[in-house]
Amino acid sequence: METILEVDGLTVDIPVAAGMLHAVRDVSFTVRRGETLCIVGESGCGKSLTSLAIMGLLPRKAIRTARRLSFEGVALDGLSERRMGDLRGNRMAMIFQEPMTSLNPSYTIGNQLEEMLKRHRKASTREARERAIFLLEKVGITSAASRLSQYPHQLSGGLRQRVMIAMTLMCDPDLLMADEPTTALDVTIQAQILLLLADLQREFNMGLILITHDLGIVARVADRVAVMYAGQIVESGTVKQIFENPTHPYTQGLLECIPIPGKTPPGAHLGSIPGIVPALVGEQRGCGFAERCGYAETECAARAVDFRAAPDAGHVYRCVLTPDRSAANHRAGSAV
Amino acid sequence: MSDVILEARDVYKTFHISAGAFRGKRPLHAVNGVSLKVHRGEVLGLVGESGCGKTTLAKMLLGLLDPSGGELLIEGEPVGGAHRLHTARLIQPIFQDPYSSLNPRKSVGAIITLPLKVQNDPNPETWRGRVEDILDLVGLPKRVYGNYPNQLSGGQRQRVAVARALINRPQVVICDEPTSALDVSVQSQILNLLQDLRTELGLTYVLISHNLAVVEHMATRMAVMYLGRVVEEGESQDLFKNPQHPYTRALLQSVLTPEPDLGIPDAHLGAVYPNPVDPPSGCTFHPRCVDVMPRCSSEAPCAIPTGSGHVECHLYDADAAA
Repeated sequence: METILEVDGLTVDIPVAAGMLHAVRDVSFTVRRGETLCIVGESGCGKSLTSLAIMGLLPRKAIRTARRLSFEGVALDGLSERRMGDLRGNRMAMIFQEPMTSLNPSYTIGNQLEEMLKRHRKASTREARERAIFLLEKVGITSAASRLSQYPHQLSGGLRQRVMIAMTLMCDPDLLMADEPTTALDVTIQAQILLLLADLQREFNMGLILITHDLGIVARVADRVAVMYAGQIVESGTVKQIFENPTHPYTQGLLECIPIPGKTPPGAHLGSIPGIVPALVGEQRGCGFAERCGYAETECAARAVDFRAAPDAGHVYRCVLTPDRSAANHRAGSAV
Repeated sequence: MSDVILEARDVYKTFHISAGAFRGKRPLHAVNGVSLKVHRGEVLGLVGESGCGKTTLAKMLLGLLDPSGGELLIEGEPVGGAHRLHTARLIQPIFQDPYSSLNPRKSVGAIITLPLKVQNDPNPETWRGRVEDILDLVGLPKRVYGNYPNQLSGGQRQRVAVARALINRPQVVICDEPTSALDVSVQSQILNLLQDLRTELGLTYVLISHNLAVVEHMATRMAVMYLGRVVEEGESQDLFKNPQHPYTRALLQSVLTPEPDLGIPDAHLGAVYPNPVDPPSGCTFHPRCVDVMPRCSSEAPCAIPTGSGHVECHLYDADAAA
């Protein structure tokens, strides 16, 4: 499969009053055509900023550096804002979390959909309109033509998210990034939207980066998974490797935190990860998880921990524990 | 366990909403004839999609809204009205978002003391000590007494909300999406805390959540709501193992458990959630139902007893089976 996005050593620093906030630290991954990469982590782990950094939508103060950041062979870090604007929404597109706030309330659905094609393809209004109707039907909206003159407030949350998805598909992008696309929606609608995304991805042969905190979603849609903690990727591998053989203590802890119907005995105590996420302001030394980790040794807090390869190919994790030790810990339960 | 602590008898709530300029008002039946019994020590899980009336029902149970019809009883006495203070002593809420449910301009101590003040607690000199005890009980250090909510993390704030709910030692706690604004690792801490407090203080919970995995984990009984009615109700183990109503089945199918091989479920709920101002005729679920029969669109089903509760569906009518 052809690699469409290559991220190597991406770092995002944001100057704040208390010093430098190291929001994303040395993040590397690739996305191939037709593949789904899930970035999973808790709030503040830098998963959303990673996607914004790729899209070039970071806040103005933020400083983005990378050893390599290339999209279809084009280096993104050297691009002018104008060239970036040509790519954004055209070759790479993004679905944001809140369908309520990411659509402009003062323009009709039709206006907002058509604008994409007019901006990037110099299409006529009629062509843009036809494409908009085609895509609205594709995402499962009935009587699409009449919807074009409606405003976002006239649609329900699920419909708005479908409109967002249709909008990102207007220019037939190669890479789609979805940041918590279903968090604001009901479970029944969530399943429908995810199913829709998976179908569209197959049909249009796109690369998909799905950012979420919900491990249930990750398990069901991902091909590959990157687990982020405190600005770093702490473990990455195929979805099977991560869920069947989680190796980083943080991943193990996360998986024990969620009740699984039919597996976790009702009412039993759930696993939990004590402590809170470290502040990422100022110099960062050692493993970010060391403070909350039950297996931390003195060296964990002292020096940076590098990736280590698990026995399966493509499965790496950032921990001092050997794979055997880690697997034994996981079998014994209570990762932290 | 036979001791009924909270009861809803055929409760209705109708809102009159504007249908547009010059078109007058139209009724919206947010809660449309709900009868429920909650026994002491139970955890009743209330599930359903947004707009099904879960929160309206919870507000009525708290005495924050008056029902348009029917009766709500707590320990045999009517909820709200002239008994507002008494109701508040017995039943307390924990809300979804600890970022907006705590007053940012009041210290943690003041937030937790307020219910004592409201109840005209006769021993003001004991308040400080009691607040510190309850902070200890919910797993917060005593030093947060003087802190403001913005100095606390999301999990800590939710613990403050729990402390505020429990300071007057209520019998029933209504948890409205208590963990959906929290991170996974924090969510499990709060769920564990709620479980511990229940056994320690003998509490009864009404747990409203759209996270069915959480409901399955916590609840002993479960009620499924659709368009203002409880369409299925029963012991949560029975309900999860053997759901009867097609809507319950669809809901359970939509749960995404972290099992990589299963793929994304298709619950076949195709059509969108109906407009509650203009509900479908007959069984309100019939336009989305996979097992729809001709009579479903004309005739509303009535409650049919199941092993541990009831279900409202024509599939289980005695005469249909006969």
